[in-house]
Amino acid sequence: MFNLFKKKNSEFISDNHGRGILVFENTTQVIKAENILKSNGWEIKVMGPPPNIRSGCDLVIEFPLIEELSITRALSEVNIHPLQVVPVNEDLLEPVNLLHEKEYSKYLMIRAANMKITVDRETNIIVNVSGGGCPDVPYLAEQMVDKHLNEAPQPKDIGHTLCAYALQIAYDRVVELC
Amino acid sequence: MLGIVGTIPEENFPLISGPVSLEDDYIVIGNNHINVNRGTPAMIAAAVATLKYMDKPTPFCYLVGDIGNGKGCKLLYKELEENIINTSFDTLAFHYFQPEVTLFKKVIAEISKMPKRPTLIADAGFMYVAKMGGDARFFDLFTPDAGELAYLADEKAPHPFYTRGFILHEDNQVPDLIKRAYQHNNAASHLLVKGSKDYVADKDGIIEIIENPIVETLEPIGGTGDTLTGIVSALVASGLDIKTASAKAAMVNRLAGFYAKPTPATQIYDIIKQIPRALNEVLKNK
Repeated sequence: MFNLFKKKNSEFISDNHGRGILVFENTTQVIKAENILKSNGWEIKVMGPPPNIRSGCDLVIEFPLIEELSITRALSEVNIHPLQVVPVNEDLLEPVNLLHEKEYSKYLMIRAANMKITVDRETNIIVNVSGGGCPDVPYLAEQMVDKHLNEAPQPKDIGHTLCAYALQIAYDRVVELC
Repeated sequence: MLGIVGTIPEENFPLISGPVSLEDDYIVIGNNHINVNRGTPAMIAAAVATLKYMDKPTPFCYLVGDIGNGKGCKLLYKELEENIINTSFDTLAFHYFQPEVTLFKKVIAEISKMPKRPTLIADAGFMYVAKMGGDARFFDLFTPDAGELAYLADEKAPHPFYTRGFILHEDNQVPDLIKRAYQHNNAASHLLVKGSKDYVADKDGIIEIIENPIVETLEPIGGTGDTLTGIVSALVASGLDIKTASAKAAMVNRLAGFYAKPTPATQIYDIIKQIPRALNEVLKNK
């Protein structure tokens, strides 16, 4: 029993060893920073913040601490400045990764957490966006509904909140399937 | 009187408060005409239609423009913190809003000082922040859908985005999730869970299940949850107890959807137009 515990504990430490988080003023900045860092090939993950720095609709970026200087420099070049850089010393919350799919004859609906997107599979037109509770959801719906999947703006580009991020996950799945 | 707090999806829409009316597919507040599409405008339109049917005053609304950056919501949190204590609403319904725990707690601290505490209903962002802040039990009614119920049931998730997979899994049945939400004090005194079946519940379990008419195509339509929150808020403000209002609202919302003959591409105003007819059908049988 002791050995099992010891193993688990050491795995936990090893999982977080050498990782840090970048904390930003708002989710919009997180999404911009994620796009930039990923497009430059950095190994980063968007995660939930630890409870002591959580304020509401939050995301942080987990990154290899050893890369701190080059990452903050790359962000600074595009005028994105993290509020804090903190070493990871506890488990972080994982974003939703379970998607539900439902077909209504020619329509396909995908749900990611609390967000749903529905597409006409014959035309690839987005016919509805629903769910969510953050204020950009009605805005995103207005911008995306009645547009072709290739022409609609993506939530990651015009959204600001975790609901927008969840919608992006659903949108990515729809694009994969249609 | 019913008070409603929510957001308009326009960056430059000002912070405004006042009575709201419905003109075709627009809600009207002051000189502002706002298209009823989804979100808080759809919720308000449903409430206006219901209150009119019940022969009650139109709702008094607090609205601000916000497209998700939280700037408008910060102004409205402040307005509520400073002035909510001077109001005398019977029922107060909170809707799409930027979750911000510190500002939210200041607002509910003021509400708790009111001489006569209104019945408190929360949906969308305000429901999220109430659970996030550990204040779900301060509210009388939440109106989650299946994904949001899983969030309430997950004691570790600070937002639906972080709901853990084993709780979100489809095998989890609504009654189990309701039980789990109450076990961890993450549900309001009453829940109206919207979905293929609608559930009315409290801490003692399921009170009523409403499953007819079955209109499968309602789920993908943006705004059907908003109309349900608007109808139940208006019925509570009209004097019905929360359990009765919840069950009747679920029936009305389903029936209005049925009358609209929807497809997954239907827009919400087509359903709102059917609310008076559905109210007539449901309430004449009371």
